[in-house]
Amino acid sequence: MNRRVELKNHQQEMFNFRLRLFIGMGFALVLLVALLARFFYLQVIRHEYYHTLAEKNRISIMPIVPNRGLILDRNGVVLAHNFSGYTLEITPSKVKDVQATINELSRIVDIEPRDRKRFRKLQAESHDFETLMIRSRLTDEEVARFAAQQYRFPGVEIKARLFRDYPFSDKTAHLLGYIGRINQADQDKLEENDQAANYRGTDYIGKTGLEQYYEDELHGRTGIEQVEVDSAGRAVRIISRTPPVSGNTLILSIDAKLQEIAEQSFGDHRGALVAIDPNNGEVLAFVSKPGFDPSLFVDGIDADSWKELNESPDHPLNNRVLRGQYPSGSTIKPFMALAGLYYKVRSPTQAISDPGYFTLPGSSHHYRDWKPGGHGMVDMFKSIVVSCDTYYYGLATELGIDRIYSYLSGFGFGRKTGIDLDGETSGLLPSQEWKQKHFKQKWYAGDTVSVGIGQGYSLVTPLQLAMATATLANGGIGYHPHLLMEVKNSSTGKVRKVDDPQAFDVRIDPENLDLVKRAMQAVTQPGGTAAQASAGAPYTIAGKTGTAQVVGMKQGEKYDASKLDERHRDHAWFIAFAPVDKPRIAIAVLVENGGHGGGTAAPIARRVMDYYLLGKVPDVPKVAEPAASAVPVVD
Amino acid sequence: MTKRQLLQRIMAHLDRPLLAGMGMLMAVSLLTLYSAGEHSWDRVMAQGANILVALVCMWIVANLPLHYLMRTAVPIYVVGLVLLLGVLTPLGVSSHGAKRWLNIGVATIQPSELMKIGVPLMMAWYFEKHEAALRMKNYIVAALLLLMPVGLIAKQPDLGTALLISASGFYVLFLAGLSWRVMVGMLVTAIASAPVMWKMMHEYQRHRIEMLLDPTQDALGKGYHTIQGMIAVGSGGILGKGYLNGTQTHLDFLPERTTDFIFAVYSEEFGLVGNLILLAIYFFVIWRGFVITANASTYFTRLMAGSITLTFATYAFVNMGMVSGILPIVGVPLPLVSYGGTSMLTLLLGFGMLMSIQTHKKLVKT
Repeated sequence: MNRRVELKNHQQEMFNFRLRLFIGMGFALVLLVALLARFFYLQVIRHEYYHTLAEKNRISIMPIVPNRGLILDRNGVVLAHNFSGYTLEITPSKVKDVQATINELSRIVDIEPRDRKRFRKLQAESHDFETLMIRSRLTDEEVARFAAQQYRFPGVEIKARLFRDYPFSDKTAHLLGYIGRINQADQDKLEENDQAANYRGTDYIGKTGLEQYYEDELHGRTGIEQVEVDSAGRAVRIISRTPPVSGNTLILSIDAKLQEIAEQSFGDHRGALVAIDPNNGEVLAFVSKPGFDPSLFVDGIDADSWKELNESPDHPLNNRVLRGQYPSGSTIKPFMALAGLYYKVRSPTQAISDPGYFTLPGSSHHYRDWKPGGHGMVDMFKSIVVSCDTYYYGLATELGIDRIYSYLSGFGFGRKTGIDLDGETSGLLPSQEWKQKHFKQKWYAGDTVSVGIGQGYSLVTPLQLAMATATLANGGIGYHPHLLMEVKNSSTGKVRKVDDPQAFDVRIDPENLDLVKRAMQAVTQPGGTAAQASAGAPYTIAGKTGTAQVVGMKQGEKYDASKLDERHRDHAWFIAFAPVDKPRIAIAVLVENGGHGGGTAAPIARRVMDYYLLGKVPDVPKVAEPAASAVPVVD
Repeated sequence: MTKRQLLQRIMAHLDRPLLAGMGMLMAVSLLTLYSAGEHSWDRVMAQGANILVALVCMWIVANLPLHYLMRTAVPIYVVGLVLLLGVLTPLGVSSHGAKRWLNIGVATIQPSELMKIGVPLMMAWYFEKHEAALRMKNYIVAALLLLMPVGLIAKQPDLGTALLISASGFYVLFLAGLSWRVMVGMLVTAIASAPVMWKMMHEYQRHRIEMLLDPTQDALGKGYHTIQGMIAVGSGGILGKGYLNGTQTHLDFLPERTTDFIFAVYSEEFGLVGNLILLAIYFFVIWRGFVITANASTYFTRLMAGSITLTFATYAFVNMGMVSGILPIVGVPLPLVSYGGTSMLTLLLGFGMLMSIQTHKKLVKT
């Protein structure tokens, strides 16, 4: 009995055990099936997703920055190019103590206070994980010295970068502008224009001048390299490569030698010069004095240099050609004369008697001629040759401001010329409407009088005056000035002509034109206001001098340049074109505080014309003397 | 003795089906290690050496009669427990914030490894001793035999090993007939005490569980292992990227790819098809373990064989589950595949016992 129970128990026990074992077996099977389900989910259902992630892990897209396009002058002289050089760069996030690192680095390579300041500025503007330049243009020796000690400087490295170089430096600074590091504002703009992708890896962008205006041509297309990387980000191999396309070469209408001669002709004077081919609007020279060293901006300017440039009384950062607004002075007279003829207010032969001043009817105010006692009987021809103010006071009064406005705006005064540069100012051609809008005042007859001699409210930029002069030279057919002549595709080598500039027609009667041209020619001949500067020229020159007042004269006060502070002296103007019959060059020159146009401005124009028309290079650039002592006060 | 006789003598106590299954897994191990080790033979050779040493030990164990095996239970358990306590003394060696090792002069050992065998062995021995009349008291004592070392290991902290030893001990209790009511009660208690456990856990353990729930939270930090493992497995697809072509593996995105994450390497290169084959081999080995268990002659051997088999299945599941992102990263190697001498030895000692159980039972019966 007992045995049986025991036996039964044993069987029962075996049954229980095997049942539990069976459950255990089922449990293990469930686990394996669960795994299988998971694998199916990952490897079949979600395969695409994980495949993408693995590819993303594996493949890194590296931008290859294109070479920036070159800028050449009309003869192929290089104005802007790239050269490769070494920079020493620090990634602040990888460096414990940036300041200590820089101090330590300064024992190996030359680091000046200027470099430190620039670095501080860069650091303030950038993210810590970006690599920031502490020194640029390392010498080979410095590169070698650092390379030997590199192990001591984690987070500091030498990089080979392309630098922008402007061989003519300050002589072309206002024309070419410069490139600088892409800042947040630039970045925002790029993103807005959907160009951010093309600028991946690019550090620099055109900031001013042609570098800015033709950024799209110059930048080129960024290449892409798909690189297989390991988990540490090291490139293992290249999978595919789309080469970058270099920026296009810009060929300018500028003549570099002409530009250089013009610049040097200013000597120590401040001022501006624009030379234009009147036949097509091509700008031959574009000078704003003083210039500045654009390379300061390319590397990122330090605070001190910036302050020095920005606060200099010479305003070297001011682009006088484009943005300088001055009273035109007497250079407006040929245009006023044409207006008078056009509206038949004056006939060529009609003469006035000049007592040396002009009065408005019913007023005792004397509008003085520059020549005390006056010029006697003055007709239109003489009015230009001797630059008679009284003649133009009367002419302007008779024309009235509305007709002056209407006629002069035909030459482009008061409006932007449309040159291919940003930041142009439009000068000021006053009108009744304008005065009402800005001063909430009506226009008085007295306002018109001074407009007649290019004073009063009217303001012009050197560029505007140059365009107007070129238009006059070309018989009334004007062209909007432009700097870019051709674009050379860097990869195909194909040259694309810039579209012909749009012409505008002022419609000048040939007889009237002939009169004014002859009068302007007489200006450069004995008895004219620019006779001295034009003497001995083997070609004919038509010109007009001008003086722009810097400080106003009280009634009855006498202008005496020698008593005035240099910076309060008048600005000197000279406009000219040559040869008179078939003009090839039209020029506007402004010499700030230069006094009389014939004395300081005209000689500069002469040198420019001599080179352009004759190929004559002035031996030693003759520095124009201050006007006050050299030339009697004439206008 | 002829060659044939010698071979017969060697193979006498080895279970051929089990040996075949193990052999296939070891082949997978060497094959995958060659890929994971950047085409270098170093790891392959080293693992080959591990396998050889472990096989010799297995052969010895397989040839031991069962009563010898039983006699080792108490000494192994006691020594293991003493060594675990030793870890708490200044002789314990810390690394990565965990005190798991013991410096015994000639070498540094990890006592918890010994307990992977020691605990189920001791519990099976205890149940065998009290087989005649098992009462609740006996289950409680057996549970204490389990909890003492598990508590010490969890304190090191080594949660993964603690849980796995708990599992192997639990399998013994389960097979020994622990009542269903108690098990359900334990399960309810476990769920109820989860919040308390959470509070008692170390920061990094909590992180691992958090990362399991959402590995993207910290993709470059704590979640990196999980994410890269899942990417490797998922990107493998149905057929895999091909042997030696796994990008996750060869571009160094996979961490610990010769040890805990070797399955990701295999899975990336051989795909779902390869996984199916691997699961089939594991199933075959587990199935053979169950057959041996079912045929085991004594109470001790039944409990021991069942626990070894179920623990093996658990290891495989936990490792592959963790690599494929359904379990937290607990640092469990893929049994018989991951590189490592200790785990290979521990596993083969278990298989040696299985073989001994299978081949000695006739002798016992007669």
